Amino acid sequence: MQTWSLISICVLLGVVVRWGVSLNSYSGAGKPPMFGDYEAQRHWQEVTYNLPIREWYFNSTNNDLAYWGLDYPPLTAYHSWLCAYIANIINPEWVKLHKSRGHESPEHKLFMRTTVLVVDLLLFIPAVVLYCLYLTDGSSKKKVSVLLCILLYPGIILIDYGHFQYNGVSLGLALWGILGLGLGWDALGSIAFSLALNYKQMELYHALPFFCYLLGKCFKAGLIGHGFFLLVRIAAAVVVTFALCWLPFLSDPAQALQVVRRIFPVARGLFEDKVANTWCSLNVLIKIRTLMSSDAQLYLSLVFTLLAVLPSSIRLLTRPTFWHFKLALVNSSLGFFLFSYQVHEKSILLAALLIVPFPLCSMLPLLLKDGLLVPYAVTSTGFLLLSIYLLSALDHCTEDELQLTTYRKLFFFPFKSDLGCIVSITSVTLDPPSHLPDLFPVLVSTTAYLLFLGTIIHFNILQFSGPPSKKSQKKSN
Amino acid sequence: MAADGWSWFPVLAAGVSLFKCLFISSYRSTDFEVHRNWLAITHNLPVSRWYHENSSEWTLDYPPLFAWFEFGLSHVARHFDGDMLLLHKQNYASPPTVLFQRLSVIVTDGVFILAARECCRCVQTQRASQKAVLSRPSFILAVLLLWNFGLFIVDHIHFQYNGFLFGFLLLSVAKHLQAQHLQGALLFAILLNLKHIYLYVAPAYGVYLLRSYCFTESSTDGGIRWRSFSLLRLLALGSVVMAVCGLSFGPFIVMGQLPQVLSRLFPFKRGLCHAYWAPNAWALYNALDKVLATLGVRLKLLKEAELPQASMTGGLVQEFQHSVLPSVSPSVTLVCTLLSILVETVHSCVFPRLKPALASIWRRPRGARGFLRCLLLCALGSYMFGWHVHEKAILIAILPLSILAVESREDAGIFLLLSTTGHYSLFPLLFTPTELPIKVCLMLMFSLFSFSALRKLHSADGSLLHPLEVVYLLGLGMVALFSEVLFPLSPWKQRLPFLPLLATSVYCSVGVSYSFLRLYATLLRSDSKPKQH
Repeated sequence: MQTWSLISICVLLGVVVRWGVSLNSYSGAGKPPMFGDYEAQRHWQEVTYNLPIREWYFNSTNNDLAYWGLDYPPLTAYHSWLCAYIANIINPEWVKLHKSRGHESPEHKLFMRTTVLVVDLLLFIPAVVLYCLYLTDGSSKKKVSVLLCILLYPGIILIDYGHFQYNGVSLGLALWGILGLGLGWDALGSIAFSLALNYKQMELYHALPFFCYLLGKCFKAGLIGHGFFLLVRIAAAVVVTFALCWLPFLSDPAQALQVVRRIFPVARGLFEDKVANTWCSLNVLIKIRTLMSSDAQLYLSLVFTLLAVLPSSIRLLTRPTFWHFKLALVNSSLGFFLFSYQVHEKSILLAALLIVPFPLCSMLPLLLKDGLLVPYAVTSTGFLLLSIYLLSALDHCTEDELQLTTYRKLFFFPFKSDLGCIVSITSVTLDPPSHLPDLFPVLVSTTAYLLFLGTIIHFNILQFSGPPSKKSQKKSN
Repeated sequence: MAADGWSWFPVLAAGVSLFKCLFISSYRSTDFEVHRNWLAITHNLPVSRWYHENSSEWTLDYPPLFAWFEFGLSHVARHFDGDMLLLHKQNYASPPTVLFQRLSVIVTDGVFILAARECCRCVQTQRASQKAVLSRPSFILAVLLLWNFGLFIVDHIHFQYNGFLFGFLLLSVAKHLQAQHLQGALLFAILLNLKHIYLYVAPAYGVYLLRSYCFTESSTDGGIRWRSFSLLRLLALGSVVMAVCGLSFGPFIVMGQLPQVLSRLFPFKRGLCHAYWAPNAWALYNALDKVLATLGVRLKLLKEAELPQASMTGGLVQEFQHSVLPSVSPSVTLVCTLLSILVETVHSCVFPRLKPALASIWRRPRGARGFLRCLLLCALGSYMFGWHVHEKAILIAILPLSILAVESREDAGIFLLLSTTGHYSLFPLLFTPTELPIKVCLMLMFSLFSFSALRKLHSADGSLLHPLEVVYLLGLGMVALFSEVLFPLSPWKQRLPFLPLLATSVYCSVGVSYSFLRLYATLLRSDSKPKQH
């Protein structure tokens, strides 16, 4: 069958699965007074549409920051404004200041879900298709398989279309950035990534590899001649993008400072909720949160994060190839996730996207709270089945991916996925003992943590052992 | 790659089953309440009251074997939510109820999956293991059956048990293809007692079994060898069918309730067409009638006050009269249906080359493939001319045609036309805005796959479709755009609410009628030359 028809079928399947998941419940459905992320997004539409820009990030009688105050960079705010503009045309009740708080209706749910699908169709899905077509090695069948796996990856589907978020925008823009860099369009790639950064500050997890790769490339091209111009071009592109995004907030330093304070909430503590990272897992044995002051916690996480990400990034700086770049992205995002300050479990998506068959069980407690057990079970099982079948069918693949495949075979399917499944099933079916009410969420996050730790160690080893020598790129069928 | 064998089949089957689970919370039609009510009836009432119970408008109107099926389901339902089995709990749809009902459809689809596997085995060729998986006829047939768009949206969104029933039909067909005729007959007898709509294809079974099974040999030119009639085989067949019918209807005959049961199974009170006209010959007839009526009023040949006011596409199913053309009664439709499939001795004498389907299968059967073709024509003929046909009945033609499509080029072309048109005609079943992306994406997926896969399979001599047919199919896209997007946003929505339904129905009738004629032509053409199966 022709590749384009296979790709179209994969994309359509991806869209239908997303829409199928979106038929289910969302975060905070029917749970006043605070509701959940769905209400947060709706509230931002209300705030951005009704209030002038200078009031968006400030506390006032019209804008109560304690009730889902804006805590993402300006691009999210502009996107919310655009959605609100359309919402107001369809039904003004959805975004009326104060009166629309906690508004829930089937029509509104349809509208909100549609907004997620539209941005996915515009940004995320085209980026994935192009990435698989142009930056994946192997036969066309292999490319389509990778496309199918990425599109059907349950993590992003369940979070964006179930729980309700717009990760497709930031991940899509980041992927466009990776695409740009992979195809040699450094300035355009930088613009795309800067936009991603201005949409969600979590993309900072990926920023270091981008920086090191581009800098390394400039050094390699020679700072006297070609490299210098490249550096200037990239720097100009980034600065202009940032300036355009922050334009309304640059007139007054207090504005810019307040935005920064909102998007980096250092007052909130080392971690919240149960996350599969070091601090949360360590907290099981030693209660760090109570032992150390918040300043000390900040410095501790900073030091460890740098220790986790610097080796891989410096290696990238010295060897700025695309292969190193990809691995550094994985290591950097995992490093940030495992050691950083105030991490949320959804941040794992950033790392997961690049190593596709990634254990999902760490997000299970969150999904259970949203009533998304059935979509979780269906999508994870389906994804597991599909990736096992496709990977075994593509046994004879090019050397470039061989190490990743070996890793997958060693770590994932016999061990990790079983463990993930067992943990998931027990946490759903059994009741925890009364003196340990948080037993299962903690077990889930600790298990996942160990798996992630293993992953980051492996990929660091992989990056330092260098790429396999590329003989002739044999295209296997 | 030879070791691959059939490893892709479980993945396809498991994949589609998981996929179905995603749509548990989607739109459900009144059929959901119908089946819930039947669960309640069979669970609570004694057998003697099953066909008399009418406190709800959704009375039991399937044959007894299906009632026993619901009875069995009701015992499992007890563990999900006992309240759904309460008799007067109208429109009860708690989350466990929905989960149970949806899961029951998904699980009973196991019969369909089994049948699909058997059919795929029948189309497997010897060179199969050398080709890539995606190009094998068995793989293509598996996808066309398991991931069939029409079956999916009717069963898993609209809500019905067609997968379960079609499983029996296709399994029986597969058994005939494998020359296990008694098993095939048994399965068909069970199917008839599950849903009597399959009576339409019973003549094909009857004639084929009589001709090919009871007469053990054919003469050299394919004609009948009267001497080879086997009474034993006829008796075996008869006893199998009688046994199944006896098990099913027996208790009701003993209780003297047979007339009541039959009146429930064959309610001729309903109108010529469903509220939404199934795209068959009567849709074209109705449309012509409306056009003539409007023209007549415009040209002052008719007085508007004299025209009957009843709307044919109103929401309720009512009797109505045609304005200009003669009205159609149930007996008329029966005659038309029979004409399209049975022997017309006068006709065959006057026009010897025109041999209707059953006659051709009697005179010169071409093995089980010929039987399949005849079954197809019976199904399509009854769809075209039947009384109160539901648009879902087009699936009885599309699914068996898939088997023929992976084997013959011409059938592939007809399949593409019929399946696309037939599947599009099911769009009005899901009218909610939430389901719009689902039906559009799934329809595109299925169509894309069927076009690309069949084209690759039969790539030998040019394209599968005539340019005019391609234009027609593109026109379907225009009709879709009009009905789903432009019309709801236009000012005519209040004045002419039935316009999209009318447009869909009439446009699809053209395609379906054309496919019917083409299929007949292939049968007649192959009649004149001897063909091997």
